[in-house]
Amino acid sequence: MERYNRHIILPEIGQTGQDKISNSKVLVIGAGGLGCPILQYLAAAGVGFLGIIDFDTVDLTNLQRQVLYGNSSLGKNKALAAKSRLSDLNSDINIIAYPEPLTYQNALDLFKQYDIVVDGSDNFATRYLVNDAAVITNKPLVFGAIYKFEGQISVFNYKHGPTYRCLFPNPPEAHSVPNCSDIGVLGVLPGIVGSMQANEVLKIILGIGDVLSGKLLCYNALNAQITSLKFKKHEKGVAQILNTSNSFRKKQLDLDCDVTSNRISFKDVIFDHNIQLIDVREEDEQPKMLDYPITNIPLSRLESHLSKLEPNKKHILFCQSGVRSQMAVNRLKELQINSCFSLEEGASELNQYLKENLKIIENER
Amino acid sequence: MRITVKYFGQISEITQKEEEVLEIYETSIAQLLDRIYSKYEKLKNKEFKIAQNRELVDMNTEINGSEIALLPPFAGG
Repeated sequence: MERYNRHIILPEIGQTGQDKISNSKVLVIGAGGLGCPILQYLAAAGVGFLGIIDFDTVDLTNLQRQVLYGNSSLGKNKALAAKSRLSDLNSDINIIAYPEPLTYQNALDLFKQYDIVVDGSDNFATRYLVNDAAVITNKPLVFGAIYKFEGQISVFNYKHGPTYRCLFPNPPEAHSVPNCSDIGVLGVLPGIVGSMQANEVLKIILGIGDVLSGKLLCYNALNAQITSLKFKKHEKGVAQILNTSNSFRKKQLDLDCDVTSNRISFKDVIFDHNIQLIDVREEDEQPKMLDYPITNIPLSRLESHLSKLEPNKKHILFCQSGVRSQMAVNRLKELQINSCFSLEEGASELNQYLKENLKIIENER
Repeated sequence: MRITVKYFGQISEITQKEEEVLEIYETSIAQLLDRIYSKYEKLKNKEFKIAQNRELVDMNTEINGSEIALLPPFAGG
C-alpha cells in the first residue's frame, strides 16, 4: 500500500479510508474536458472500480484541455484511450470502458452497478438523462459544467437531497446555450472544475467534510471568485421523475433537447373561441385590460385556481413583460397541463393590439 | 433601497458587466425582473434562475436582501 501512503498517513483517511476508496465503484459520464481530470485523480486515488462511458473519438482540438490524451490517441475512442492511459497510471484498479453513447435504454442498468455517478457530459439532453437516471436508481450525482471562464459544481440526489431539476426544472431551448466547441473554453477551467468534482467524490466515499449538496458552487476563473448559492429540494418535481421510471427506457435522447417552444407572439394567435386568454398579473396591476374575455389568475394563486382553466382550450398566459407568464407556463407543465403558452408581449402591447384588431378579432370569434 | 445585482455566464455577456448596484423601488423579484428586462431586452430569451442573498428564490418572493444574482445553466464539459 506504499502507493497510497500520502493518503494513509492523513488521520482523516488512514487505512480504513483507503480501503473504502478501493471498494468504491464510480461511473464517469464523458471522458472529455471534465472527464479527464476526474478520471485521472480517481484512478490515482485508487477507486477500485472505475467506469468510463464515451462514444466520441479524440481529435486534435481536444488536446488543449483533455489531458489524458496525446498525439498517439488521435482518432481513438475516448473511453478506450482513457482506459489505456489510466491502466498505466494505476494497474491495481479495475477500469471498465464503455465506448458507446449513454442512452435512456442503457442508463439504468449501468448506474445500478455503481455507487456514485459523475457527470462530465457536454450537453443538456445528456445532463437531464443522467439526473433522472440517478434519481431513479438512487445514486449520488456529482455535477460539473463549464462555460468559457466559469464553472458550476454541485452534488445532486445525495441522501435524497435536491437534484438538477430542483435547480433548473426543464432543459433550455435547443441551441440557446452555446457549447465549448462553438465558443471556446479556457483549457485549464475543466481541469479546475473536474478536480473539484473528483474531490466531492472522495468526500462522499470517505464520509469526510461537507458534501456540496443543496448548494451550487460557481467559480469564475478570471476574477478567482467563488460564489455558493443554496437551493432547496422540489419534492413534487422529484416525485414526478420517479413516476416516469416505468416509461424511462422508452424515451429517446434528443441532443437538440426535446423541448418545443412554449412562447408565442400575439401575431401568431388566432383569437377564436378555442383560446383562453389568461392574465397572471396581480389584480391591482395596470393597465386594465380592454373589454375582451380575459380570465384573471394571479401567479401567486395559480395552483389553487386551476379549475378556471377551461378544458380543451389553448391557454395563452400573459403578464407585464412575459416573465411571470413564462413562470406560470413552466409550473403548469410540471403539473402536466401542456396546452399553455406564454405570450412574448406584455399587457400594454396586447391591449394595443386588441384595440387595433378588435373588429377582425370579433369576426374570428 | 440599493441592491447589488450579479450576473453569471451568458447573462453577464448581455449585460456587459458582472455586477451593478441598482437603486430600486420594486418590492418583488418579478417586478425587479421587469425592470432588468426593460434595461437588457436580450435577457428575455434567456433561461436563468434568481438567487437572493445567495439562496434561490421564486418570482413572487419579496425583495428583502441586498444581493440578487441571475444564474443561467451551463452544459459544457
